Amino acid sequence: MSRRLLGLAATGVLVFLYLPIATIALYAFNADRSQTWPITSFTTHWFGDALGNEAVRSALILSLEAALAATAVALILGSLAAFAVHRFRFFGRESLSFVLLLPIALPGIVTGMALNATFNTVHVPFSAWTIIVGHATFCVVVVYNNLLARLRRSSASLEEASMDLGANTLQTFRHVTLPMVGTALLAGALLAFALSFDEVIVTTFTAGTQQTLPIWILANLQLPNQRPIVNVVAVLVILLSAIPVYAAQRLSSDSGGLTDRG
Amino acid sequence: MTTAGSAIDPTRAGFGRRVLTFVHRHRSLQLLLLLAPPVGWFGVVYLGSLAILFVAAFWYLDPLTSAIRHDLTLRNFGLLVSSPVYRTIALRTVGIAALVTVTDILLALPVAYYMARAAGRRMRGLLFVLILLPLWSSYLVRVYAWRVILSPGGPLDWAFQQVGIQGVVLYPSDIAIWIVFSYIWLPYMILPMYAGFERIPRSLFEASADLGARGRSTFRRVALPLATPAIVAGSIFTFSLTLGDYITPGLVSRSQFIGNVVYTSQGVSGNVPFAAAFATVPVIVMAAYLLAARRLGAFEAL
Repeated sequence: MSRRLLGLAATGVLVFLYLPIATIALYAFNADRSQTWPITSFTTHWFGDALGNEAVRSALILSLEAALAATAVALILGSLAAFAVHRFRFFGRESLSFVLLLPIALPGIVTGMALNATFNTVHVPFSAWTIIVGHATFCVVVVYNNLLARLRRSSASLEEASMDLGANTLQTFRHVTLPMVGTALLAGALLAFALSFDEVIVTTFTAGTQQTLPIWILANLQLPNQRPIVNVVAVLVILLSAIPVYAAQRLSSDSGGLTDRG
Repeated sequence: MTTAGSAIDPTRAGFGRRVLTFVHRHRSLQLLLLLAPPVGWFGVVYLGSLAILFVAAFWYLDPLTSAIRHDLTLRNFGLLVSSPVYRTIALRTVGIAALVTVTDILLALPVAYYMARAAGRRMRGLLFVLILLPLWSSYLVRVYAWRVILSPGGPLDWAFQQVGIQGVVLYPSDIAIWIVFSYIWLPYMILPMYAGFERIPRSLFEASADLGARGRSTFRRVALPLATPAIVAGSIFTFSLTLGDYITPGLVSRSQFIGNVVYTSQGVSGNVPFAAAFATVPVIVMAAYLLAARRLGAFEAL
């Protein structure tokens, strides 16, 4: 009984989570440019318009580049920090998590303004790199937390056994540690990618006149003429992201062998 | 693991192996190699930038020439404290952030608990993906979707009219801000909360049941206290993300948030010192929040 009630409440929240997305998906097929409900006639021709739009395409490419590069930097920095904290005791160890969390814990506008002030003071021109620097900074903590959590849950004896059996540091890392934490790294990378691809506040301060996809949407969402294309872009973004998230989920549920979950 | 022996070609490995052995024997060198990149990045890029911003809060904009004067002064903070307008904006921002956090905790609880305790393996995986997906879909589009839903003539207005409710204007309004923020940040609360519930050993639930506790009191007296650090961890996101946002208030209401004032001061009026000074308000609020969160063990639960 109580379980059924819980299931019902959970379903309700999920419906709440998906209702707006479903609404926008419906509007993407709305033949009418106005957004009044109910929708009376449907069309697919906005999809062609969106794909043919030069600004949409270049914004998408910039967003993908920025997200991939930021994720790569975050993977490196986050992993290094997680291994350092997991394996060593050192001065400032407790503060490290705190500092890594700051860019995401502090309001985005603070991080954005701080980076903006720095780029202006040091005279760094805005480019894809300034976007990447901003995104990587707040993505590190996601990789770090995922990896550290996995390292804490996995047992050190496997690595010790590997070394005892004569494997060197690199071999142990490649054949024991990496398989153990691989799915955690992937999950961290996915979240980092999502965080970067989605981000708009810090980006408005680090992009200059460039347009990432969120900034393109922000610039066009107030324009009644562009609404159909904004709706289509929204649907495409949702579809494009569903595939890697689903794949990652499959990957991480297949390999639970080396960790002590459950 | 059968290929472990051949992973490094012995003919090429002489130098590489010596380096590895050297690094392996010197733990402080390992630590240095691990720490240098992240600490360097955060020390220089991030903390350095924050320091510049902090100093900028004590500069001021010359009212006659509109140029930024680099003499240190407290006049920006004086204006903030003495002006009732800015005080109202700050209180409104913090108040809505708190309200959104509480709303998200209440909404996330059934989903997170259901996922961790009631759902089977397949269902759990499916729910995890379903909650992760909205995180991937553009933040702006979801705000925009709510704007469409709430606006006059939109689906909600239509639904209200079907049941005979007239004249409810949700857009633009502060209620819209509350709904949209609660909606947007909800996955950030569900995921750590789910992790918190999932981490609780099954045996504790069995023990609770053996001692005669029903589902409800097990939830209240075992699960909830143990998951509190995870819930606090989730609240860091919902609270902070609301504090710093200026997009949502601008799109669904006519109210000013700290973020709006900071953004306009910096971008439109070019008054970086005042923007920096006002931006210290959410920083101070978040610093206090994070310190409290750390005491509650939230960082371990992230």
